[in-house]
Amino acid sequence: MSAADAPVDAQRASAYRVAEAVVRFRELGIVLALIVVIGGTALDNHLFLSGTSLQQLLSGASIVALLAIGETLVIVTRNVDLSIGSILGLSAYMTGDIFVHYPHASIVLVLLAGAGLGLVCGVVNGAIVTLFRVPSLVVTLGTLYVIRGIDASWAGGNQVGAFSLPDSFNSLGYGKVLGVPYLGIVTIICVGVATYAMRTFRPGRDLYAIGSNPEAAHLAGIPVQRRVFAAFALSGLIAGFAGVLWLSLYGSVDSTAGTGYEFEVIAAVVVGGVAIFGGSGSVLGAALGALLLNTIANSLVVINVSSYWDQAFQGALLILAIAFDRLISLRLAPALRTRRSARAAG
Amino acid sequence: MPDATANAAPDSAAPLLVVDHASKSFGAVRALEDGWIELRSGEAHALVGENGAGKSTVVKILAGVHRPDSGRVLLDGAEVVFDTTAQSHAAGIAIIFQEPTLFPDLSVAENVFIGAQPLRSGRRIDVRRMRREAAGLFEQLGVKLDPDRIARGLSIADQQIVEIAKALSADARVIVMDEPTAALTQTEVERLFRVVETLRARGAAVLFISHRLDEVFALCQRVTVMRDGRHVVTDAIADTSTQKLIHAMVGRDLDALFPKEVAEVGETVLKVDRLTREGEFTDVSFEVRAGEIVALAGLVGAGRSEVARAIFGIDRADAGGVEVHGRRLPPASPNAAMDAGIGFVPEDRRQQGLVMPISIERNMALASLQRLQRFFLIPRLAERRFASDWAKRLQLRYGRLSDPASSLSGGNQQKIVLAKWLARRPTLLIVDEPTRGIDVGTKAEVHRLLSDLANEGVAILMISSELPEVLGMADRVIVLFEGRVSGEFARSEATELAIMQAAAGLATGEAA
Repeated sequence: MSAADAPVDAQRASAYRVAEAVVRFRELGIVLALIVVIGGTALDNHLFLSGTSLQQLLSGASIVALLAIGETLVIVTRNVDLSIGSILGLSAYMTGDIFVHYPHASIVLVLLAGAGLGLVCGVVNGAIVTLFRVPSLVVTLGTLYVIRGIDASWAGGNQVGAFSLPDSFNSLGYGKVLGVPYLGIVTIICVGVATYAMRTFRPGRDLYAIGSNPEAAHLAGIPVQRRVFAAFALSGLIAGFAGVLWLSLYGSVDSTAGTGYEFEVIAAVVVGGVAIFGGSGSVLGAALGALLLNTIANSLVVINVSSYWDQAFQGALLILAIAFDRLISLRLAPALRTRRSARAAG
Repeated sequence: MPDATANAAPDSAAPLLVVDHASKSFGAVRALEDGWIELRSGEAHALVGENGAGKSTVVKILAGVHRPDSGRVLLDGAEVVFDTTAQSHAAGIAIIFQEPTLFPDLSVAENVFIGAQPLRSGRRIDVRRMRREAAGLFEQLGVKLDPDRIARGLSIADQQIVEIAKALSADARVIVMDEPTAALTQTEVERLFRVVETLRARGAAVLFISHRLDEVFALCQRVTVMRDGRHVVTDAIADTSTQKLIHAMVGRDLDALFPKEVAEVGETVLKVDRLTREGEFTDVSFEVRAGEIVALAGLVGAGRSEVARAIFGIDRADAGGVEVHGRRLPPASPNAAMDAGIGFVPEDRRQQGLVMPISIERNMALASLQRLQRFFLIPRLAERRFASDWAKRLQLRYGRLSDPASSLSGGNQQKIVLAKWLARRPTLLIVDEPTRGIDVGTKAEVHRLLSDLANEGVAILMISSELPEVLGMADRVIVLFEGRVSGEFARSEATELAIMQAAAGLATGEAA
C-alpha cells in the first residue's frame, strides 16, 4: 500500500510546492518585474533613472497604492469596493471647498475631515452589505454613482484651482525629505502598518479566514459580519484620506476627480497577488502592484508608445495575473482526485 | 501504542455523554425516533446502521446543527442544549467530518488555532508559539505535518488530522468521527487508528461512525446499532459478531410497497464495459435490457452516482466504454447520450434537475424545445398543451402551470423532472435516488410509473440507497463497493443480507 501511495504523494507534493511558491514569491516576482521594466526603459532613455523621474514614479503610484490598502482589506474577505474613486473625488472637492471658504484651515484638520467623510461613506457601504446581505458588487456600484452624483451637484461646473489652496498644502504634494516625496513616505508607512496588522492581529487573520471559507469562518465563531463591515469602513476612510492627498498632488479639483480609480486600484491589487475571490494576498503585494502598473504607464510614455496602449497593457496584465492564479488551482485539482484511487487499488 | 487497556472496555460507570430518547422529524419524515446512545470516557464507540438509519441526525444534534424535537442530551449527567455549533464546541464536543472544511489559504497552524491564536504583548499573535504548539499537537498525535504549509492541497486524511488537532487544542472530550475512513488509504486508516488510541488515552470519548465493520471490530470497545431512526442494540465488541451486527442493521419487515410487475425482457439497451474514472470507480461492467429495472446499490460514496454521470457523459471516463443499442457513445457528451435515447433524472433535483424559479410548464418543456419550436420561437400555447398533457398522465398536483416549480412538493417536483425526460421517449432512463425526500403516497406513484415504463419496454437503471426500494423494484441488483462491482444478484437471490454484505465489501459467505 505504501508503495502505491508514494507516486501519488510525490505528485501532490510537487503540485503543492508550485502553489506554495507562487504565493510566497509573488511579491518577489513583482519586484523583479519592476526592475526589468525600469532597467529596460532606462536602456532606451537613461533619464528614466534620474531622481526626479523616480520621485514621480513614487508620488504617482502612492495614491493608487493607498487606495489599494483599503481595497485589499475588502477583497481579501471575498467582497469588492467599487466606490473608492467617487469617495476620493468627493473628499478632494470638499477639501478644495474648505480652503476656498477658510484659506487658513489647518492641514491636520483637513486631513481628518477628508478621512471622516470617507469613513461615513464606508460605513454606509458596510452597513448595506452586512445588514441587508446585498452583494458588495451591487452595493458599491450603487454608491459609486450616488456619491459621484452628490459630488457633481455640490461642485456644479466649479473648479477649485491651486491658487485657492494655501502654499503649505500644495507643498504637501510636492515636498520631499532627503529626496523622498512626502506622499511616498506617508504611503510607505501606511502600507507597512497595514501589512503588519493583517499578519499579526486576530482581526486581520479573520479577514483572510472569511475570504478563504466564509461558512467555516462562521462555524469557527469569527464575527463575520462585523469584520466585513470594518473592512468597508476602513476602505472608505482610506479613500477619503487619499482624496485630500490627491488634491495636494494635482492642485485642482472638479466634480470628475478620481473617476475610474476603482478599476485602476482593483487591477493593482490583483496584479499584486491578492486573490480576486478572497483569502490570500498581502497589502504589500497590492502596493507593489500599484507601483508596477504606474511604472509601466510611465515607461510607455518614455519609450514613445501611445498612452492609449497603457490601458490595454494594464488590462492584459490583469488578465494574465488572474489566469495564472486559476491555472495553479486547476493544476492542483487532479492531484487531489488521484488520492482516492490509491485506496481503490489497494 | 498498544497498551494493556487498548482493547478492554473501560468500566467507568458514569457515562460522559448520553443522547437520551431523542426524536427529530423533518416534515413528514421521522429521521430519529427515540434515539439513544451512551458514551464513556476513554472508549471508542461505534455507531453503525444502514443509510438513513438516523446516524447523521445524531451527529447533527451533537454538533448543534439540529435540535431534537423531544428527548435530551446529557453531558456529565447534566442536560445541555445546543442552539449553535459554537455552543456544542464550547461544551467540548468536536465533530470530524468525512471531508473537513478548512481554510485552504491559511497555514495548517492557523487552521488549528483560528479565532484562538496564542497572543503575546499588545494582543499580537504569537506566531512562533502557535507554530510550536501546533507541531506539539501533531507530535502527540504521532503525525508528521508541517505547521507552516497552507492547507490547500492537504490530503483528506491530513485535513482530518488538522481537525483533530483543533479538537485537542480546544480540549474536546467527545470526538465524533463521521465516516472518517471512507476516503483514506490503508496506511492513513492505520494512522487514524493510532490517533484514536491517543485520544482515548487522554480520556476522550470517540464516537466512530463507519460502514466498515472490520474497522469497527479493530478499533472500538462498544457498538450501537441503529435502524430506521431507532436504537436497536448496544453491545460490547467482545460480545458480538459481524453476523449479529448485520442482522441487527437489516432485520426489518419488508413491506410490499414496491410491486414491480414482471415485464418481458428484451434486447440489451445499455452495455457498460470496464468503465473507469480515476479516483471514483474502476472496471465497472454491466448491462441493462429493455423492460428491465436494474438497481445500482451500495453505500453513499461507493461511486454509484459517479457511474451514472459518466454513462450520461457529464463526466469523462478515463477508460472503458458505454454502448447504447450496440452503438458506442462518444465520451463526455450529454448531447450524444440524449440523442441515443438516454434520459437522466439526477439525484439532486433542486440543483440539477429543475430550474426552480421558472414555471412548471417551462420546466417540463425544457428538454423538448427542439420539438416544440417553430422558427426559433417556442409558442406558448404549444408549451402549455404539452405540459398539461403530461401533468394529467403523471397525476401532478399543482396550482397553475405558470406557477414556479419551487411551489410544488418534493414528490411533484420529481414528477416534473420525470415528465421532462419521458417526453423525449427515452429507451433508457437513469434515475438517481428517485424517491429521496418524497412522502409515502407519491413514492408509490413514482414506483408505479417506473414499473409502467418498464412494461412499455424502457430499460431503467435505478440508483437507490433504500434497500426496500431496491428489493421491491429491481429485476437485478448490482452492488458497488469503493468504486468496484462487489456483487450482482438476480431478483430471486437478492436479500437485504446479501446486498448489505456486498455493500460493506464482505465476500459472500463470510458473515452468513
